[in-house]
Amino acid sequence: MGGVIVYGSPISTCTARVLLCLEEVGAEYQLVPINMPIGEHKSPPHLARNPFGQIPALEDGDLVLFESRAISKYVLRKYKESGTDLLKEGNLAESAMVEVWLEAESQQYNPAISPIVYQSLVVPKMRGGAPDQAIIDSSLEKFKKVLEVYEARLSKSKYLAGDFFSLADLSHFPYTRYLMVTPYASVFESYPHVKAWWEDITSRPAFKKVSAGMLGS
Amino acid sequence: MASVTVYGTPLSPAVSRVLACLFEKDVDFKLAPVDMAKGQHKSPDFLKLQPFGQVPAFQDELTTVFESRAICKYICNKYPEKGNQTLMGGRDGGLLAQTSVDQWLEAEGQSFNPPSSALVFQLAFAPMFGFKQDPAAIEQNEAKLANVLDVYDRRLGESKFLAGDDFTLADLAHLPNGHILVSKNEDLFMSRKNVGRWWVEISARPAWKKVVEMQNAPLG
Repeated sequence: MGGVIVYGSPISTCTARVLLCLEEVGAEYQLVPINMPIGEHKSPPHLARNPFGQIPALEDGDLVLFESRAISKYVLRKYKESGTDLLKEGNLAESAMVEVWLEAESQQYNPAISPIVYQSLVVPKMRGGAPDQAIIDSSLEKFKKVLEVYEARLSKSKYLAGDFFSLADLSHFPYTRYLMVTPYASVFESYPHVKAWWEDITSRPAFKKVSAGMLGS
Repeated sequence: MASVTVYGTPLSPAVSRVLACLFEKDVDFKLAPVDMAKGQHKSPDFLKLQPFGQVPAFQDELTTVFESRAICKYICNKYPEKGNQTLMGGRDGGLLAQTSVDQWLEAEGQSFNPPSSALVFQLAFAPMFGFKQDPAAIEQNEAKLANVLDVYDRRLGESKFLAGDDFTLADLAHLPNGHILVSKNEDLFMSRKNVGRWWVEISARPAWKKVVEMQNAPLG
């Protein structure tokens, strides 16, 4: 048995980000489930892997990593001989754009989309609660402003960092995938280039495989 | 003649993050002011540089970059031989060192930044701009930040800096919000032995002191 171990859950957005990278590079890996409902993510063995008590964590021999975007970069660099280059580190201008749109995902897209997904999917399905519509509504307004920027960008280039698929595009998949199974999926109808980009990236085999393990597939 | 221009005010945490990196790397730059009170950051010309209408924007000859952490990485990649050589994991650190920096820079961006930015807004910017403070938001974010700093305290008990033995971008990224928070409530950092030790060390760096001088410089 070779390859790396991912500690997490196939339905977790951040675990999915890492699984996508592993699938894109064709790496051998094992997913070890961490039972969140019973608090396994806060147990000492898992805290030793991820001191913030979150998933995923990755183990590669003696190396243990946390933070899905950092793990993703590690996987892509380690397996760059596979021929899949989603970081473009050989090209200063291209790699800069990958970093820009990865940060945009982290700092602009994610804060707007994740409360919508949390309230409309996680709260009712996993916490047995009622969605807070005020949070959804204000997040939707923020999200539309973000999508306007993305629409303009994707009108000028096929993918976010340029005319090449990269980690920047991949990183947007997990939360968007979940938005698509809520009533708020219709927001993309007003942004045709964003919609086309989404249809393109979700046609990738890696995406289909990881998507199948997520909720609402 | 500097080929680098940073757009924004040094008082903006994100702008000061980039300035700290430029000083660490000894890269000359020009600071171009952006009049946010007059809405310059939403002008069509500015939106060409930064489509989200935020500061900083950054230009190096013909290359434009935005998002402060991406700008810092660009500076390190474009000027590998200048100034501080360990910001992204050291000359011979290889993949492991670089990954450790990435990991702790993500921790800053994902775990430290949201509650610390909320507190910076409440404690510094709200009073400055005449907004009403929200005590519940202050309490909630102090609690979240306390949990993050507890993790940091354990880490910094085992490691000199967040990513390892050297000061890196992962530490640098904390300087802007840390500086403001420590000025408002130093207890948050200084009551934790290892975080306190780390904070004193990173905030004493000459590059950061130059940024603070710029922040304190009289306007005009």
